[in-house]
Amino acid sequence: MKIIVCVKQVPDAKDVRLDPETNTLAREGVQSIMNPYDQHAVEEAVSLKEQLGGEVTVLTMGPPQAEEVLKQAISCGADHGVLVSDRAFAGADTWATSYTLAKAVEKIGTFDLILCGKQAIDGDTAQVGPGLAVRLGIPFITCIQKVREASETEIVMERMMDDGYDVVAVSYPALLTVVKDLNVPRVPSLKGKMKAKKAEFTVLSAADIGAETACIGLAGSPTQVVDVFPPKPRGERSILTGTLEEQIEQLAEKLAVYL
Amino acid sequence: MLIVNSELCVGCGLCEDTCAFGAIEVQDGLAVVGDACTLCGSCVDVCEVEALVLEDVEKSVQVDLDSWSGIWVYCEFRAGHLAPVSLELLGAGRKLADARGVKLSAVLIGADTKETAEQLIGYGADVVYRVDSPALQYFTDEAYGAVLTDLIQIHKPEVVLAGATAIGRSFIPGVANSLGAGLTADCTELAIREDDGALLQTRPAFGGNIMATIVCPSSRPQMSTVRPKVMKPLEFDAARTGVIEDVEPAPEQLATKVRVLESVLSDQDDVNIQEADILVGGGRGLESEKGFELIRNLAESMDAAVSASRAVVDSGWIGYPHQVGQTGKTVAPKLYVACGISGAIQHVAGMQSSETIVAINRDKEAPIFDVADYGIVGDLFEIIPLLITKIEGNR
Ligand SMILES: Cc1cc2nc3c(=O)[nH]c(=O)nc-3n(C[C@H](O)[C@H](O)[C@H](O)COP(=O)(O)OP(=O)(O)OC[C@H]3O[C@@H](n4cnc5c(N)ncnc54)[C@H](O)[C@@H]3O)c2cc1C
Ligand SMILES: Nc1ncnc2c1ncn2[C@@H]1O[C@H](COP(=O)(O)O)[C@@H](O)[C@H]1O
Repeated sequence: MKIIVCVKQVPDAKDVRLDPETNTLAREGVQSIMNPYDQHAVEEAVSLKEQLGGEVTVLTMGPPQAEEVLKQAISCGADHGVLVSDRAFAGADTWATSYTLAKAVEKIGTFDLILCGKQAIDGDTAQVGPGLAVRLGIPFITCIQKVREASETEIVMERMMDDGYDVVAVSYPALLTVVKDLNVPRVPSLKGKMKAKKAEFTVLSAADIGAETACIGLAGSPTQVVDVFPPKPRGERSILTGTLEEQIEQLAEKLAVYL
Repeated sequence: MLIVNSELCVGCGLCEDTCAFGAIEVQDGLAVVGDACTLCGSCVDVCEVEALVLEDVEKSVQVDLDSWSGIWVYCEFRAGHLAPVSLELLGAGRKLADARGVKLSAVLIGADTKETAEQLIGYGADVVYRVDSPALQYFTDEAYGAVLTDLIQIHKPEVVLAGATAIGRSFIPGVANSLGAGLTADCTELAIREDDGALLQTRPAFGGNIMATIVCPSSRPQMSTVRPKVMKPLEFDAARTGVIEDVEPAPEQLATKVRVLESVLSDQDDVNIQEADILVGGGRGLESEKGFELIRNLAESMDAAVSASRAVVDSGWIGYPHQVGQTGKTVAPKLYVACGISGAIQHVAGMQSSETIVAINRDKEAPIFDVADYGIVGDLFEIIPLLITKIEGNR
């Protein structure tokens, strides 16, 4: 089994806030983490490898420091890391990102499965996985919550729906996006950490993957951000007062409007 | 690319202060642009000496933007039910269509859709493209994607809207990629820009800490998925007229590599918390699975659906489909009652656009009170039973 996992480095959400006075992001101490969903994708890839043999390649597009998430994946059992990095990728939306990753996957060569997170928590768009699959011309299934059975040729799994779940089967090659119910990501072993420290990654530029300038970065992005602003502030913090009975009386009154 | 003209730059730092992404830093009296730059251009606007320019990149502009016309809504139909968000989108779509002076069309894909098409006209559609086939009984990205892509290519609408549901968020990105169209996920506001008719798509980013407005200046259709519950449906009007057009899908569109073996509808609780008008959310403060029953009881008394924080889902007191937050679902009910939930940013990200938020927590410093419209500080094991009695008494 050859598995490729797409992982993204994202800012930890709890650190990101827009200052309503200046309209700027508070940037002190913004930590970067591996997108939480992608951690589950790495875990699933590694356990499929342990079950069926093969190898796991992790792929990320980002600035040089995105190497950190490749290291993290290696420490959790992935075999190879590929960093696609170029200033020309700046301003890429999900369309341009899908294109770039597709080019990188073609460069990497053959594969059976590609795993992505359901969405990246910086944008919550959930578009790169399906976009990548369409560009590669392979089927995709999103929001996998459970793998029921995987063989060398086929995988049967549950995809989460709004009203329950569907049981679906697909032969390779295919692309899956995963949710966090799928598994519990392992903690890196000491050996894994050592391996990650020594790991060397393949670094690919726009030219290396043969990407067309018109399709990457801002030029290749059909969507464009034209305004950024803080969300409408909520009303005043309002804590009810009085005896417990009085508070409950008041609350029930407020709730009554909705019942 | 964002270019800094070093001749003109005076290193004043205005751009650094304005950049929402922390991508500009003044070093040795000169603005330096980093990798975080999204090329949004806010720095260009504030620069007093015009030292910053957004270099015009050669965009692959479609030649015939004007030949795309009309507003479309994908109306989600599954297991005999129309997703309520479809009607909300027809309401939003009607406004856009009227602003543009064009038709509003609905696309209905599924099996056994029966009277649903007429219903869509009553809710605002001028045209309904109905693709009804037994082969479309189960949702697959391939078939639904192929059918919708084909229809869009034939009729060339300028805007395509779909619900930000499990189905919409799954196959719409595939459609957008096939068409080379821009897609904005999870919009909470839509408007038409007067001067050029562009669709202004506003959505939260970074877990709702920031709002961003997005346009697709050079590609058509302009596609958005829209969150359930944020748009308002029109009143049903049986007198409204429209055209229903039956579309026969080509056999190759229905051939899929993915096989749906079974569709399991959840019987335990109502799992579609995104469609609920009222949600009662429980957190670790409930202490145990047994304690969590209190939340179910409160929900029942209010005719509400049950949601939970991640701490509760991780403890196994309720299933993952009920998790609200950054790694769960984003909800925007009319009323959200948070009980024993501290209000961690990852939880708040998923519920802060609820219309009214009520919090019950014994810690008066709990951050959940920062987003709550009404709060009670106290022990939920004491408060909730009293509240249930009160609500039931008021009925
Ligand atoms: C990457 C990442 C993603 C995450 N995604 C999510 C997500 O999607 N959704 C989510 O919810 N969380 C998420 N979390 C976890 C989040 O940070 C919090 O840990 C979690 O929301 C806490 O759940 P809680 O409020 O139920 O528990 P706690 O934080 O433990 O809060 C319990 C609250 O109950 C109150 N309480 C206790 N006993 C009583 C009583 N008897 N009466 C009244 N009040 C009482 C306490 O005062 C406290 O405020 C994520 C975390 C990370 C790192
Ligand atoms: N820059 C990137 N590099 C590698 N993988 C990515 C990148 N952006 C997105 N992905 C993958 O696509 C998934 C969905 O991302 P998004 O569409 O941005 O929400 C993520 O969970 C990753 O698996």
